[in-house]
Amino acid sequence: MATEANSDEGGLVFHPMDQFIIKPLFGDGPVGMFTITNSTLWMALSVIAIIALMVLGTSGRSTIPGRIQSIGELAYGFVYKMVEDVAGKDAVGFFPYVMTLFMFIVFANFLGLLPAAFTPTSHIAVTAVLALLVFVTVTVVGFVKHGLGFLGLFWVSSAPLPLRPVLALIEIISYFVRPVSHSIRLMGNMMAGHAVIKVFAAFAPMILLSTGLGLLVTPLSVIAIAAIYGLEILVAFIQAYVFTILTCVYLKDALHPAH
Amino acid sequence: MASETQNAADAAASAPGMPQLDFSTFGNQIFWLMVTLVVIYFVLSRIALPRIAAVLAERQGTITNDLSAAEDLKVKAGEAEEAYNKALADARAEAQTIIAEAKAEIQTDLDEAMAKADAEIAAKLAESESKIAEIREGAMESVKDVAKDTAKELVAAMGGKADARSVTAAVNARMKG
Repeated sequence: MATEANSDEGGLVFHPMDQFIIKPLFGDGPVGMFTITNSTLWMALSVIAIIALMVLGTSGRSTIPGRIQSIGELAYGFVYKMVEDVAGKDAVGFFPYVMTLFMFIVFANFLGLLPAAFTPTSHIAVTAVLALLVFVTVTVVGFVKHGLGFLGLFWVSSAPLPLRPVLALIEIISYFVRPVSHSIRLMGNMMAGHAVIKVFAAFAPMILLSTGLGLLVTPLSVIAIAAIYGLEILVAFIQAYVFTILTCVYLKDALHPAH
Repeated sequence: MASETQNAADAAASAPGMPQLDFSTFGNQIFWLMVTLVVIYFVLSRIALPRIAAVLAERQGTITNDLSAAEDLKVKAGEAEEAYNKALADARAEAQTIIAEAKAEIQTDLDEAMAKADAEIAAKLAESESKIAEIREGAMESVKDVAKDTAKELVAAMGGKADARSVTAAVNARMKG
């Protein structure tokens, strides 16, 4: 889009990050607190897709499920089993919460792979809020359930006594780094893939500029776009999975803080 | 479209770096994200998840019921087979006893008939033997008479006078010899 506009002027100009610009959907004004932006649109589309799958798809309540109901049940079973296996049986109360995170991330990631789409999960503001929600939930649940005993999470009782303060310091630092890695992992993966595709997309019309080098570069770029797109489909799911399973791991720490 | 994207590109160029670090959009993103999450949470926790849980539980119940029904039917089939086998064995045993009884009855009838027949045969044999003995006796007597008469006639024909006593003695002696 922007690269095409610029390439008309004769040079290769890369704007791989332009796809992440947040702009108002209607009009050209500044982005205020409640402005409906492209990010808002794709979040709303995720909500619609989730409703279509999980509510409309299961409206038949059939004992023998159809295609869409099967997928909904598969998603349900996948996350439910993850919560039960990783966080423990007493964590199933958090299942709707974990399911919300998983469904939102997986749909935002996949819808963002559509051409000309926007990926809300490629923004640190979004992923940081998701990660902080998990961090705050885990910390609050830990202290509510175990009181000061939750601090036992940082006191490695299996280590020799002189080492314990040092380990406690490391544990505390790693605990507070969790939301950072949790959010940047998702955002970085989403952003990197989309940016790389955009870079190759900028190379793709080179055949229009020079017949010599372009004959070689254009097919290679198209192949690279297809290959990275396939990888991105994998990443879109895996990052949603990783985010969810880490949420379950952190929840397990909150419910069973003993080392 | 082109001019719009050009403007956007210019805007990005004027604010170099990642759009992700444009803090002026953070409030907007966070607000709409919270709205999105709340909507998804309520849709899932109020409608979708209970419904799917109910469907799964119902299916599990149906499967369990079907399995137990199948188990019941299997047990019933086993019982029926056992009953059938037992009835068959009973019938066989009854048939055996009936056959044995019939055999024994026939045997006694047969023995009776044989004994009766044997007795009759023995009686007939004895009768016949006595008759034969009578006949034989009669025949002996007749032979004696005939021999005496013949001897008398022969003696007379030879010109002698037949003494009845000596003829009889001679015949008797001959008959003995």
